Amino acid sequence: MRSFTPSRSSLLMAPALAWLTALMVVPCALVLALAFFRRGIYGGIEYSFTLENFGLVLDPLYAGIFLNSARIAGTATLIAVVIGYAAAYAIAAAPRRWQPVFLFFAVLPFWSNYLIRTYAWIVLLNREGLITQLLRWFGYTGEPPSMLYTEGAVIAGLVYNYLPFVILACYAPLSRLNPELAEASRDLGASTMTTFRRVILPLTVPGIAAGAVFVFVLSIGNFVTPALLGGGRFQMIGNLVYDQFLTANDWPFGAALAMALIAIMLLVLMAQALAADRAAGRTAEAKAAADG
Amino acid sequence: MSEPRTLLAIDNVSKNFGRVTAIDGISLDIRENEFFALLGPSGCGKTTLLRMLAGFETPNEGRILLDGRDIARIPPNKRPVNLMFQSYALFPHMSVRANVSYGLEMERLPAKEIRSRVDAILATTELVAFADRKPEQLSGGQKQRVALARALVKRPRLLLLDEPLGALDKKLRGAMQLELKRLQHEVGITFVIVTHDQEESLVMADRMAVLRDGKLLQCDTPHAVYEHPADRFVADFIGVMNFVPGKAADDGVMAANGARIAGTVPAMLSPGAAAVASVRPERIRLFPPPETANRVAGTVEALAYHGLDLQLHVRTALSQKPFLVRVTADAADRRPVASGDAVELGWDAADVRIFAD
Repeated sequence: MRSFTPSRSSLLMAPALAWLTALMVVPCALVLALAFFRRGIYGGIEYSFTLENFGLVLDPLYAGIFLNSARIAGTATLIAVVIGYAAAYAIAAAPRRWQPVFLFFAVLPFWSNYLIRTYAWIVLLNREGLITQLLRWFGYTGEPPSMLYTEGAVIAGLVYNYLPFVILACYAPLSRLNPELAEASRDLGASTMTTFRRVILPLTVPGIAAGAVFVFVLSIGNFVTPALLGGGRFQMIGNLVYDQFLTANDWPFGAALAMALIAIMLLVLMAQALAADRAAGRTAEAKAAADG
Repeated sequence: MSEPRTLLAIDNVSKNFGRVTAIDGISLDIRENEFFALLGPSGCGKTTLLRMLAGFETPNEGRILLDGRDIARIPPNKRPVNLMFQSYALFPHMSVRANVSYGLEMERLPAKEIRSRVDAILATTELVAFADRKPEQLSGGQKQRVALARALVKRPRLLLLDEPLGALDKKLRGAMQLELKRLQHEVGITFVIVTHDQEESLVMADRMAVLRDGKLLQCDTPHAVYEHPADRFVADFIGVMNFVPGKAADDGVMAANGARIAGTVPAMLSPGAAAVASVRPERIRLFPPPETANRVAGTVEALAYHGLDLQLHVRTALSQKPFLVRVTADAADRRPVASGDAVELGWDAADVRIFAD
């Protein structure tokens, strides 16, 4: 292939850059600017510089919501990784010609709307929902279990919605793994469990990390799932930001909260990129040493 | 030296995958401290047999006796047998030292013993300088030695090698063939090697088994297999052979053109049966003395100079395919031939092998 000159490549990138600037960078800059203004007495914005919005973010009440969001997102991530890795492992172990079929079923929920998928959980978890009816069918006569509007429901919704990402991210390294590596481990005297712990798991960590970051970042800022399945009782940052903009009419504080959330996400993404970069750097270094 | 003792007895073993029979009633003995080769074309079942010895496949029938104990159903991590994989299967996230230590850690040996045994095998395989490298920092030949060290350090009763030289280039292969043989002698472990390369098994093996379609055709020393092949397939597969088709007679084969190839006819061939007479290229002489039992006139079609010898294609009336003749460089110098020359070929009756066709 012909290599592109710098001017040619910048020409090709121009539309994407223009798009991102107009619809990502500029709005973000506006929100960031908003965070440094005061809230007007009757709502609206008073254009005088202040840092108190950011001070308020660190207030124990709001910092607690940040921590709570991180905990819920963390729990959802952990569960999604365990279930998703197991599913990816099973798919990678299936006969080659069946693997695309199983992967198709794994991502099938993506073909429907996020809201509809979340509403489906309301139908399931409702006091007189499908699960309660199923229990009754098995002869349960007591009080219907309260499942909807709990933290568990929020976590279940998040896990369900982001599981396909984990499956896809873990499937990639698992399917590329040379099956002879596991056989070699067995041949050298390792049990199936030891083989998994010392050979298969370490070699598929990049996939786990990519999937986990995806679930965590999408979960911690999520506001639809906690609103619908948490019933507003379990506030996450997403809901708080939503409330500041649309209910409390405190745009500057909402903007400061949104910026803090973006900062957390960027930190997580940077940590992952750094780790991946270091691994790639090691590989490149190793390749150079082998060639030289 | 004492009488060689049987280490591994494969006793009437069969294996099928669904309706496909991979191994069909094979019995053979492998002796203590032997370099044994399983040879055959791809799909002959040699890899399946090797995987059964390693424990990755279980035979449908028969027994595999190691030191008299049936190991056919013992899982791979519980048998004193190690396999060197064709892909080497080195753990990419571990250093050379960690790769080699792995198998001893599984035996839960004391750290001190692991260290000294790993040091010793790294020295034997000339890998000390690479101990801290990752597999991707190694050349093909170095990776091959790590794979070997990783298996040998376990001191298995039996070391299995699946096409161990397949991934190396031709020049390195030659060196590694001798290297493997030296190592086997040094460590005193029984080696079973799987290969599709007949030259490789001739060079390395003490004894070899030739397989085809899951059946054992012949099991003997390379010399015996080369000089006295069991059937036409083995004769053709091992080395190069010239064939003259015809019908069995009392003391040879009648070729289609009426010429008679003198040789010893096996008892199982009744006169008139379809038979084939064969002779190795290096047994054929150019311009033979008149008393030579088999002589035929031909025309040189092509010739190739190989340094040590000269290979000629000679068209004769005996067969469709031209004869391949190998003459030493000396002989070629004494009486030079060129393409298109009329020549006479000759060989002794003792050098003729006759098979059913």
